Order: sequence, then structure tokens, then C-alpha cells
Amino acid sequence: MADMDMTGAEMVIRALVDQGVEVLFGYPGGAVLPIYDALFNQDKLRHILVRHEQGAAHAAEGYARSSGKPGVLLVTSGPGATNTITGLTDALMDSIPLVCLTGQVATHLIGTDAFQECDTVGITRSCTKHNVLVKDVNDLAQALHEAFYVATHGRPGPVVVDIPKDVQFQIGRYVGPANIAPRSYRPQVKGDLGRIQQAAEMIRDAKRPVIYSGGGVINSGPAASQLLRDLARLTGFPVTSTLMGLGAFPASDSNWLGMLGMHGTYEANMVMHEADLILNIGARFDDRVTGRLDLFAPHAKKIHIDIDPSSINKTVRVDLGIVGDVGHVLEDLIKVWKAKQYRTQTKDLESWWAQIDQWRGRECLRYRASDTIIKPQYALQRLFELTRDRDAVITTEVGQHQMWAAQYLGFEKPNRWLTSGGLGTMGYGLPAAIGAQLAHPGKLVIDVAGEASILMNIQELSTAVQYRLPVKVFILNNQYMGMVRQWQELLHGGRYSESYSEALPDFVKLAEAYHAKGMRATKPQELDDMIIEMISSDQPVIFDCVVDKTENCFPMIPSGKGHHEMILGPEEDPVEISDEGRMMV
Amino acid sequence: MFGTKEPIARHTITVLVNNEAGVLARVIGLFSGRGYNIESLTVAEIDASSHTSRITVVTSGTAHVIDQIKAQLARLVPVQKVRDLTVDGPAVERELALVKVRGGGDKRVEALRLSEAFRAHVIDTTHESFVFELTGSPEKLDAFVELMRGLGLVEVARTGVAAITRGPAAL
Repeated sequence: MADMDMTGAEMVIRALVDQGVEVLFGYPGGAVLPIYDALFNQDKLRHILVRHEQGAAHAAEGYARSSGKPGVLLVTSGPGATNTITGLTDALMDSIPLVCLTGQVATHLIGTDAFQECDTVGITRSCTKHNVLVKDVNDLAQALHEAFYVATHGRPGPVVVDIPKDVQFQIGRYVGPANIAPRSYRPQVKGDLGRIQQAAEMIRDAKRPVIYSGGGVINSGPAASQLLRDLARLTGFPVTSTLMGLGAFPASDSNWLGMLGMHGTYEANMVMHEADLILNIGARFDDRVTGRLDLFAPHAKKIHIDIDPSSINKTVRVDLGIVGDVGHVLEDLIKVWKAKQYRTQTKDLESWWAQIDQWRGRECLRYRASDTIIKPQYALQRLFELTRDRDAVITTEVGQHQMWAAQYLGFEKPNRWLTSGGLGTMGYGLPAAIGAQLAHPGKLVIDVAGEASILMNIQELSTAVQYRLPVKVFILNNQYMGMVRQWQELLHGGRYSESYSEALPDFVKLAEAYHAKGMRATKPQELDDMIIEMISSDQPVIFDCVVDKTENCFPMIPSGKGHHEMILGPEEDPVEISDEGRMMV
Repeated sequence: MFGTKEPIARHTITVLVNNEAGVLARVIGLFSGRGYNIESLTVAEIDASSHTSRITVVTSGTAHVIDQIKAQLARLVPVQKVRDLTVDGPAVERELALVKVRGGGDKRVEALRLSEAFRAHVIDTTHESFVFELTGSPEKLDAFVELMRGLGLVEVARTGVAAITRGPAAL
């Protein structure tokens, strides 16, 4: 029964089931009605009805990132497809495996400006890893299986399969997923052994080394995170990570330096600046990480392990590039290290660590405490303390709250931190939390949000209520688009053009209007009890945490500056930003 | 950091792709989306049984940009092979041009004389016009078109470059 005849719509369901899909996020419409009809007659796939197709895409991302499995969404043609664009682009930038099925008008109507027609493959070509319009029902099963292969192999990413309505009705031959791989797409997963040998020698000889790890470690799977820990243990090297890589290395480990980059820790950035060897494992020298490129890591030899050959030497020239899956490469690297019985430069490392401890002594995450007003940093410290034994999954929106969350919440394990890194999508966190909660029904899932971001996809609260998903939305409400305000303060003379959140809703009443639970804290003294109440609730909760309106996110590498030129806090003299720096985002 | 003062060189890159809908748009979109130059681009199916097409792109950039172009092309799903003929050469490059020249008298005679010197073929003629077909390197075609400019040149059509490595080795 491996091969059989069925309608295109039935093939879609069958292919998803054969691919091991359990949950799909979607929104019905004219061009996908046959598929929704096929969904109606089965009980293997669980369909989650979102309230906006962008929500479906982010929910699928949250599901994927927290489970390691591909996220799947199903939307109609035209506006259904165009509404997914932000989510697809987000998944492309952050390397999240998604399969997005879009309905299309019937093949004979394509190109006629039919109702709800758009050129979906044309529009999504540059925001997907791959896409395909299926015009023949007999190609459909193969296209669907290939979509899963491409989404999950090599550097993961989103794939769109556009299915015209007549193809959904037609009867064709279904083929199963066995032995399906596109003939031209075979990503390299094993690293070159000669280069790995070279890397081991560079690690052996390093005097001021650092491991700079990224989202690739998490994408490679839990084994890669373990290997990263093993490598840090074997070498005693300090470890920092990008925003995307948080959780791959435990925040409680003594070798952990905290996140690096624009809002990374002082010690992490100073280590990068002074290092003589940077071992980049599955990160991509993003501009948030490097700061000004001609000042970046001037003394360091650089090794870069990445599964995407185009990432190597893209913005930063490296001394040794190793193409491969970080899990495989780390495994081989450790094997070589042990077989050759290499030892690190113990004496040099000791003085390196002494230097690092001095930088740590600056306590860059210290802030001015208050007992009358809730400082956003304090709110997150309390949230962290009160949830640290719960192995919570944290999502975020984008802005100051996101950076504070990255700084003040410690992550011990991979797949617990879901945030929009590359694209910086406000409105990501709530739908992503819904996706994560569906992947982990028993877990505590919290969206750390800002009052501006949350309004971008607030409609998904209705989805959470419908499916009894007890996600918690913890809003750091400072009545400003805080990061915009911060940049306007630093770069535009304090002219707060359109960054004040005027006419905000009453978030408690808003929650209640959606049949969720609403809470508000305004004083530091009431925070603990209310956080405990929030996390013990079995309902979706919106927690309106009213915080200091003017707090800025520090430390910070200002635009156009290098890692060694961080501002540690508001008490420092204002920095001169060059015109060149002002041009950067 | 990559210096902006690196020399810019012209490279001829050959790409074998699955001949499927949208593959050319994917390649062109990659160049425009990432800000790479296209000096010329040709594409045609070269093997119907395996649905394989060959795209030849002539582009220019620093060594770093050329490496990026090749890596970005190679990661497109329908791309089977990417070869830089400028690096992997030596290679031969040919382009075909159709050149229409209008006029009479001495200029007409001179155009015909020059076309023979360039080994162009006359593939259409009237009492007042010629269409020349000319194959060669892009530089040869440039030179011919330049010469025709004073002799009644009215229209040019060029195919862009097709290229292949010299010697017995195949792609």
C-alpha cells in the first residue's frame, strides 16, 4: 500500500502524516478548501486555527525551535500567502525549518489576476530556502517530501509548496517519503579531516582563546550542545554565544561569559577584542555581533565551522573555514584532540582567565536599583529566580525587553530560548510561545514582551484561549518603543519622534476580553507574589509589568564602534557617534 | 574585514541547473538581491533527457565577491554544479551577434569588406541593408560593432557569452 491513488488534497494529509507531522498551524480560505475537507475526515493531524497567517508562521517557528522538528503551516492563496511573508523571512534569517503549504487559484486561472491570486512563488522566492508551484497532481507527493528534506537538511530554512485548487481535487499517484532527495541538493555534513586537524593544532597553541558559538549548535541537535560542553571542558576555554545560540552552553557554567555583541557583556566583548584565537562554532559574524568590522577581533586567528559554505568569509575573513554540521565537526575535533593527546597552553590560559576575571569585576549588568519603581532588569531577575527550577521555555518580542531577557535570564539547555534574531520581528513572541506550548504541553512557556510589540500579534491570544494553551505574556510596559527611544536619545538628540505608545489598551481588561487572565504589577514589592500567581495559573495570562519608562539597555556597543568601546551605563559620558556610525542600523 | 581596494576582475562562471520553472529567476534574483553585477548571462537546455540547463554568467567583482557569488549559487537547491572558468581555465568564450547595417554607396561596400575581414556572414540582404552574423570573443564583437557605427549601423542583437574549458576534461 506504499503507492496508491488519491486526490491531491488527500495526498497533502498523507504526506504530512508520513513525514511524522503531528501539528499544523493554519487558516482556511477558498483556495485550500479541498485540503480542509480532507483534514475534516482524519484524526492523525492536529490543526491549530490561528487568527492571522503571520501568527501561523511564527507559531510554526516556535514549534520547530523548541522541538527540533519542522514546523508546518497551511494557508490560502493571495492574502493568506502574503501574510506569511514576515514569518518566512524570519525563518530564513534564523535558519528555522518550516514547510509552508499555500493554496493557489486553479492552474487555468494562473496569470489572469483571479480573485485572491498572487504570484506566491515569485513573491516568496527571496524569502524562502526553496519554493515550488505544483501544477501536476502526480508531482505533488514528491514535491511535499522534497520540501521536508530541503527544510531540514543542510542549513535549515523555510520551503513553500504552492498548490493550485484544481490539483487538490485531481486524483493522482501518491508516493511515500522513502529515498526522496532532490538530485542537486546534497549538503556536506562531515568536515574535512585535514582542516579539523589544523583546528586542533590552533586550539593547542592558543594563548588567549575564546569559543564563539551560535544558533548552528542548537540547529544541529542536543548532541552538538553536549559536544560543545565537552570541548569547553577539555580545553578550559571561555565560551560566549550569539543571541541565537543561548542555551547551547549552560549559563551557570564557570566558563560562560554571557552573550556577546551590541548588548552583550563587557567581558565577552573584551575577550573577543583581545583574543588570539576565535573558534566560531555555527555562528555567522552577524553585524550585531561584530560591531565595526575593521575593529573586530584585530589580534585573533579565526576558525569558522558552518554548514553553509556561503557563510564562511562572507563578512569576516577567517584563517580556517570548516564546512560541515557542527555536531559532526565537533565530534571529529574531539576525537583528534584525544587521539593526539593534545594539551592546551595551561600557563597562558591561567593568565588569560585572570584577565577575564578582571573584566568580570566590572559587573557590567549592574543597574541602579529602586524600591519605588520596577526596574525592567529587576523584573526579569525575579522572573528568572522564580522560574529557574521549572525548565521554562522563553520567547520574546523584539526590542529592549528582548536584550534584557538575553542578559538576565540564564539558559541551561538548548531549545528553551526562542527569539527573532536576524530579522528582528516585533510580534514574534506570542505566536512562537503558542507553537512551543503545543510542542511541550506540560512546560511553562513565557513570552517576555514589550507593550508595543505585543500589540502586533495580540490576536493570537484568542488561539491560546481556544486550545487552552496556558502561555504567559510578561509585558515590560514602559510606554515606549524602548529601543527606538534609546536610539533617539543617543543618536537623534532626544527627539522622541513617534516612539511613545500613546492610547495603550488596559492590558488586564484586554486579557479578560479574550477570556484570559489579566494581572498588573506597579511596585517592586508586589512582584514576587504576582509572578508566582502567574506561573501557577493554568490559564493564558497577560502580566502587565509597569516598569521604569526611561531605563536604557546597557552595556552597549554604540553604532560604528568596536568591541572595546562599550558604554557600560548611563553614568558614562555620552559618546560621539560618527556620521558613518549613524548610518548603521 | 574585506578591503574595498581589492582589484576587481571579470569572471566567467558556468552553472549547471535542473531545468525547472523559475530556476533562471532564482539565479537572477540572487544577483540583484545581493548586489552582484551581471555583464552577460546566457541560458539554454543542454540535455533534455536529464532536464539540465547550462547558465553562463559573466560577472565582475573582487576575489571575495566572486567567492561569495559561487558559494551563494551553489546553495540554490536546483543548482547541480558551479564552475569558475576564469579560475579553472583555460577556457574558450564565444558570443554571437546579429548586426544590421543600412545605407548605400561606398559605406555599403566598406561594410561588406570589413565583414569579410571579421569573417562575418551575410544572412539577410536588401538593396539598402545587410544583416551580418558574427561569432567570436566579446571584444571582437565590440570592435566590429564599433566599426559599423560610421557605416550605417541601425541595430545589434547579441547572445551573451557561452564558454567551455579547453582540453579533454569535462565539467
